[in-house]
Amino acid sequence: MQPLLEVENLTVRFRIMGLVRQLLVATSRPWVEAVASVSFNLAPASTLALVGESGSGKTTLGRALIGLVQPSGGRVRFEGADLPDRSAVAWKRWRRQMAMMFQDPVGSLSPRLTVRALIAEPLAIHGAGPQDLGAEARRLLGLVGLPADIGGRFPHELSGGQARRVGVARALSLNPRLVIADEPTAGLDVSVQGEVLNLMSRLQQELGLAYLLITHNLAMVRHVSDRLAVMYLGRLVETGPTDEIFIRPAHPYTHALLAAQPQPDPDRRRLTVELTGEVPSLRNRPPACEFHTRCPFAQPICREEAPELRDIGPERKARCHFPLASG
Amino acid sequence: MSERSSAILEVKDLSVAYATPRGAVRALAHVDLTVPRGEIVGIVGESGCGKTTLISAVLRLLPGNAAVTGGSILFNGREVLAMNDAELRRLRGGGIAMVFQDPMTALNPVLSIGRLMTDVQFREQRSTPEKQVAAIAMLRRVGIPDAESRLDDYPHQFSGGMRQRIAIAMALLTNPSLLIADEPTTALDVTMEAQIIHLLRALRRDFAGSILFISHNLGLIAELCDRVAVMYAGEVVESGPVGALFHNPGHPYTQALLRCDPARIERRTAELPTIPGEVPNLLVPPTGCVFADRCPDTIERCRTTVPVPVSLGPDHQARCIRIDNAAAA
Amino acid sequence: MSAQASDTSLTAGRAAPLVLERRFGALRRLLRDPLGALGLVLVALIVIMALGADILSPYGPNVTNVKERLQPPSELHWLGTDQLGRDIFSRVLVGSRIALWVAAVTSFFSLIGGLALGLIAGYGPRWLDSLLILIFDSIRAFPTVLFALAVVTILGPSLGTIIFIITIFNVPVYARIVRTQTLSLRTTEFILAERSLGAGPVRVLFVHMLPNVIGPLLILASMDVPVVITIEAGLSFLGLGVRPPTASWGSILNDGYAFIRNTPWMVISGGVPLILATLGFTFLGEALRDAFDPRLRKDV
Repeated sequence: MQPLLEVENLTVRFRIMGLVRQLLVATSRPWVEAVASVSFNLAPASTLALVGESGSGKTTLGRALIGLVQPSGGRVRFEGADLPDRSAVAWKRWRRQMAMMFQDPVGSLSPRLTVRALIAEPLAIHGAGPQDLGAEARRLLGLVGLPADIGGRFPHELSGGQARRVGVARALSLNPRLVIADEPTAGLDVSVQGEVLNLMSRLQQELGLAYLLITHNLAMVRHVSDRLAVMYLGRLVETGPTDEIFIRPAHPYTHALLAAQPQPDPDRRRLTVELTGEVPSLRNRPPACEFHTRCPFAQPICREEAPELRDIGPERKARCHFPLASG
Repeated sequence: MSERSSAILEVKDLSVAYATPRGAVRALAHVDLTVPRGEIVGIVGESGCGKTTLISAVLRLLPGNAAVTGGSILFNGREVLAMNDAELRRLRGGGIAMVFQDPMTALNPVLSIGRLMTDVQFREQRSTPEKQVAAIAMLRRVGIPDAESRLDDYPHQFSGGMRQRIAIAMALLTNPSLLIADEPTTALDVTMEAQIIHLLRALRRDFAGSILFISHNLGLIAELCDRVAVMYAGEVVESGPVGALFHNPGHPYTQALLRCDPARIERRTAELPTIPGEVPNLLVPPTGCVFADRCPDTIERCRTTVPVPVSLGPDHQARCIRIDNAAAA
Repeated sequence: MSAQASDTSLTAGRAAPLVLERRFGALRRLLRDPLGALGLVLVALIVIMALGADILSPYGPNVTNVKERLQPPSELHWLGTDQLGRDIFSRVLVGSRIALWVAAVTSFFSLIGGLALGLIAGYGPRWLDSLLILIFDSIRAFPTVLFALAVVTILGPSLGTIIFIITIFNVPVYARIVRTQTLSLRTTEFILAERSLGAGPVRVLFVHMLPNVIGPLLILASMDVPVVITIEAGLSFLGLGVRPPTASWGSILNDGYAFIRNTPWMVISGGVPLILATLGFTFLGEALRDAFDPRLRKDV
């Protein structure tokens, strides 16, 4: 089956100094690489979760895919066709194929617009949809399980869960094939999180949507994603089927992330902390294996040679000299 | 009197209402909460359950349109609600210290860490060099590497996790009898969160104070706390030792909350459990049980009778009339 | 699903009063503030003076009567007469028209200009932002009075000249505020969300940015009205404003200045309405800011 989305060596650089300063300090690298040569595929109607801590580049990657950030290298293909340059007018066509949901449920809705106007907005932008935008807005509200009379409210009058549903309705209004969801459950109460995720999986089945979930919430990822991609300092360090990674993580970082999840069982308290220290700055990437500064299993070679992202089993890859799950 | 000395904080039958243009909102109703000396007590509940109102009431920092309509708050055996301004300042800066959710905004950005850490000791009869030594020792204690050389740095030069450690160090420098931590790890990554929880647990061992830990994350409560109070719609619906409450939850809301936590679901599920319905409108509080509208086991009497706490075991109680029925049957 | 149905009925019953409350809540909050209410009364008084000047004034503003020159306040002339025997009360009434007219016109042009330039600077390319900021700073750096003198020399003293001068100096102030707000809105998630849906710059600016920057700007403009009135009075006082015999508060002050020793009521009559107008608009502006600032709302 042809993948819906093919990402190949995608790189995003952010300039950190001006031209003058660059000449003064005579550096050849006046930028940081927020996303460093990332490659993955996403099958139609499937869910891939992009997991990592803040600063791992997962949000930047999502924004680059939808054309909000200009990539500096690599290629992205959607249904086999290359995505155009960000500035191109042709982008507008692709925006109907993929939609993005942002982190803050209320803050990602334009504050002076009513719910009805917000939902009709994407259709108005593209001059698409039926004549009767009001009826279409009502249909979309019904689709995400909101009562029709909520249409007259403003974002600040909605609860977090309601605002999130409005965000889903907006994302779906143009019938996209792919939805990029950045922390879709952030800031929501645990019972509401379940509602939103259930809604998203129902819509996935009904509409054949593919999801790219960007999140740090591993407890949720386990139940909703088919595949997992773990990022550290802008690079993928492990990819594979979600279930297998949860049972046997291969990269020490993935292992540590899973171990750091608080266990809601007072009898299973973790008395030690697996991962100490902090994520290094992108400006000072550690040499060789970039995780060696925090890795509990680091060997001499890890400080000397950078590991490649290589196959460690069917459908599984890890960027580690000594993957935990291969033995 | 012996009972007084055993608990550092004792909230009894506390009720708070907010005056709004649309009428009075019942923010807290008959809240009982005890923090024994040297223990970590967790408060868990979803947004709008009254967690923030409760700690604001304990610190007497309620907004102007809020009024305590009943009950008492005893700190160290003394009535907080009757304290005058001078006593309140001593309470806030000495008896109770706070650690907030956002470590970026909780530290004054224009003061260096050394300045912040010595200023906070204004009540101590120490010379400035002595205060500096105390500051360095405390920064080391909370795990700031090279504490001496970083005293001149400003808050923005530290990462989020380090800032939260500094905020904890500042709180501890005032020698509080009670540390209130309001969602202290919400803004942090998981690996940093685990480190902060580990730190709080270690600190409790050697500073022998009490901690009131507010969170919406059941996992963190289970990791850290000795006792836990579950709040819903302004009421403490269940409270008890953490083991008893997690293994043998009595109130339907606690049961539902535990069921919803995806981290507790071992096997992959397509349909995650939820709590149907919405939090009641506290402008018009329910006449009976606050959870009756969403509870799967509601009977007619739930809507008419206000449930009183029913004992489920040592120190473990829940506000549900059905438990009483079951015990009687 | 039953729970959802109950939620629906609840919101249906609440929707109408909610809208009403939003509309009138601000006004109620405004009136609850005593200074705000006082400001509203003073401003209303000045508007009535200006609109009803023809009916209210007992004499023509420019009718001279040399026999009755420099009269103290009396039953015939409530505020006395000036050196040409003109009734000062009538001149004050007519002068309020000029004050309000200058304030309204300059506020309008400053708002439009400030909004347009501020949005362009905040959302446009960086070089354009730098260029506009440079222009704004150059204008701000220029001494106001010197600039006014130069313009008056070229264009001649008139009401139009005053409006032109004040607008030129106000636009950069408004534009800077709009620019700062636009810059911070630019990176908010709701703007990113609109861009991700394919919204072009025109839609982003006019549908999403404008409603969020215009509120604070309107309040700023209302607080600026007294400043504009004072500048007009000041320029007229210096002889750079309206031409005699046109009555404005500044020209009344100017006329009275020469006779301040023997007949102080001329200066007082020109000065007091100026002070009252300044206070009225300032109180009103501050109260408006407090009433509309969502952070100060307690009922949300």
